[in-house]
Amino acid sequence: MSNATTAHHDDHHGHHPTGLARWLFTTNHKEIGTLYLVFSLIMFLVGGAMAMVIRAELFAPGLQLVNPEFFNQMTTMHALVMIFGAVMPAFVGLANWMIPLMIGAPDMALPRMNNWSFWILPFAFAILLSTLFMPSGAPASGWTLYPPLSLQGGNSLAFVILSIHLMGISSIMGAINVIATILNMRAPGMTLLRMPLFVWTWLISAFLLIAVMPVLAGAVTMLLTDRFFGTSFFNAAGGGDPVLYQHIFWFFGHPEVYILILPAFGIISEIIPTFSRKRLFGYTAMVYATATIAFLSFIVWAHHMFTVGMPLGAQLFFMYATMVIAVPTGVKIFNWISTMWRGSMTFETPMLFALGFLVMFTIGGLSGLMLAIVPADYQYHDSYFVVAHFHYVLVTGSVFAIMAGVYYWLPKWTGHMYDEKLGKIHFWWSTISVNVLFFPQHYLGLAGMPRRIPDYAVQFTEFNMISSIGGFAFGLAQLLFAFIVWKCVRGGAPATAQVWEGARGLEWTVPSPAPLHTFDTPPKVDDSVTAHKDELS
Amino acid sequence: MKRTNELIVSLAVLAVVTVITWGLFAVGDNMPRGVTPFSQDVYHLHNTVLGIVTVIGILVFTAMFTSVVVHRKSKGYEAAKFTHSTKAEITWTTIPILILIVIAIPATSVLIDMEDTGGAEMNVKITGYQWLWKYDYIEDGVSFYSALDRESNRARQIGSGINPRDVDNYLLEVDNRLVLPTNTRIRFLLTADDVIHSWWVPELGWKRDAIPGMINEAWTYIEEEGVYRGQCAELCGKDHGFMPIVVEAVSPEEYRRWVEAQGGEVAMKPEEHPNFVGRGRASGSDAGTEDSAETINIAVLDQG
Repeated sequence: MSNATTAHHDDHHGHHPTGLARWLFTTNHKEIGTLYLVFSLIMFLVGGAMAMVIRAELFAPGLQLVNPEFFNQMTTMHALVMIFGAVMPAFVGLANWMIPLMIGAPDMALPRMNNWSFWILPFAFAILLSTLFMPSGAPASGWTLYPPLSLQGGNSLAFVILSIHLMGISSIMGAINVIATILNMRAPGMTLLRMPLFVWTWLISAFLLIAVMPVLAGAVTMLLTDRFFGTSFFNAAGGGDPVLYQHIFWFFGHPEVYILILPAFGIISEIIPTFSRKRLFGYTAMVYATATIAFLSFIVWAHHMFTVGMPLGAQLFFMYATMVIAVPTGVKIFNWISTMWRGSMTFETPMLFALGFLVMFTIGGLSGLMLAIVPADYQYHDSYFVVAHFHYVLVTGSVFAIMAGVYYWLPKWTGHMYDEKLGKIHFWWSTISVNVLFFPQHYLGLAGMPRRIPDYAVQFTEFNMISSIGGFAFGLAQLLFAFIVWKCVRGGAPATAQVWEGARGLEWTVPSPAPLHTFDTPPKVDDSVTAHKDELS
Repeated sequence: MKRTNELIVSLAVLAVVTVITWGLFAVGDNMPRGVTPFSQDVYHLHNTVLGIVTVIGILVFTAMFTSVVVHRKSKGYEAAKFTHSTKAEITWTTIPILILIVIAIPATSVLIDMEDTGGAEMNVKITGYQWLWKYDYIEDGVSFYSALDRESNRARQIGSGINPRDVDNYLLEVDNRLVLPTNTRIRFLLTADDVIHSWWVPELGWKRDAIPGMINEAWTYIEEEGVYRGQCAELCGKDHGFMPIVVEAVSPEEYRRWVEAQGGEVAMKPEEHPNFVGRGRASGSDAGTEDSAETINIAVLDQG
């Protein structure tokens, strides 16, 4: 395979610029993937720093460090930065790097747009973060920007909305690119039902993105005109409806949370077979389960707002629809365990993170089922129980999967093995601390602590202290992660093309590091090279 | 040989996972049982679902860690080749559906009960303000504001030098408590004057959003006398964490005495309350929320 990938690229791609211009003008999917991933890591540390402020203030009752306005800015910005700046760009970065390699394509279908969709992001986040330094401060109404509260803020709201628009444009372009690449650029023989699951989950996420990002854009534009141009979409006194915003927002928001988890499912579905030395169990079922989850994501949005006072019939519908999601999600968990079952497992860092994902995502999924039960949700809603739930699915779910993917593919990207010992330390340190951080928050919520409060009654002290200690330890562990990545980029034991003994799939047929141009001549694909094979397909 | 091995390991793993789970339950708090029929229904529903998901979790983790312990390359375990089983897929699709139906039935009946707000013996209108509550006893003509008490308010300032532990019911005490009779079916009408708030007393078993321009309904029937504390649950601005709720449930006779003692006292205007900061802060969006609370008041009375 390497003959097709390395030898000729100078002939038909001409000179490659160096220095800053190389990164500014690149249209290469690998370089753009790297840009996304580096950007994501920086945002992860920025958002993490905000979380440290939150946990430091909540370490003890009473206000010690920040005033309540700034605390609310921190919770709001932490969420926006982590969701739109860290997790989503990380997935797009992984998609850029891996989808062409996995389907045997020479690059993404729309390379110039690819460049643009990345370079929008630094500007979008410069605008978002600049609101912290504005006289009226950053938005402080929670990342959901519920009116009327969000309309009380200062002019910084306009900047936030502009940056959300930019992020949306970037996401939509990224999604179009992913779809165009997957549907048009697969190597001969790479039929849809031979595609790796990471490709499948991304394809489905990309459709979700295109469907819902414009809805978010619509919602925030109505906020903008309500705030600055005298409309009353969400103002009851002017004939509008504050709850309407919540319906529109969560029609975006619920598919959005699956956008944040479906590619994670894909990564886990690549890693577990590799380190179990056994093909993925129930490939076809996994594909259908992913599609089912995506479909259901459009009809469950109101479970985020059971307490707004909806008709009984609507509450029952959204409760049942939400409960049904447990079925395809369960199918996924059972298939992963069946993949491991009677495999021949080893436990390198990617596998450790994948197993961590499996355990803790299951915990988050089960608490999600509890949250679906409307009468009980009247208690859970807007309490720390919810905070614990979505951090279990987002941090120990999405973020752990991203880290698993980074450790898994880092040797392919850099040509070096990462430091396995440090990787294992990072895993155990993160896993222990993240549970110390988030598990006690279940108790806090059940005991009656509302979310988004800077100070609390003294009976909540112990679990908040424990949670904060876990938070600081988890934050520190991520600096180790940044160091491990940096160290691996700089050097390390040389990686083979296959890297992992049990790895299958086209990405492992190209050398490590993957040369700038791969699959100039499409590879031939049959069941012997694909990662997955299922009798049904 | 291998089969016994898996069985023994899985029993050991099951024991370990169960002990860890038991430990997690032992050290933590659970939802309060509460003092109303609804809160107790919710409590039982919560415990049932929690029990079911805990069992599911224990079984899933047992299977997973059994595999992790037994099926390792370092133990010379050779990978099997199977990749599919339609029977298994059908099984683990069907069983969860059955479990969900078992959960859905009680959940539906408790919800239907909660949503039936008829038959109220008295009505209390709750209005959320930034950052205090107003209570209007519609039949009894009592009306007052309820805000964070002075001591908590002093202690919560940055650099106050007061240890929150030295303040009684820090952040969970108000100047005027919501006094309610026990064994009475009480309907609440919830709305807000400025932004969305949410009225939550865990011991009553629910929270409900107070939304400007809308009236939400909820009801309660308190069976035990006592003082029950809660907080605003929907982010409503800088002092969202500082607008507690205190319900004082007393016998119906004592409640009547309390109403008489209030004797036609006219409530302050919200602006006169020392803790009131709302409205004016809504820079730029002053278009029209001014009178919404009054309008709602009239609407409620018309209904009643």
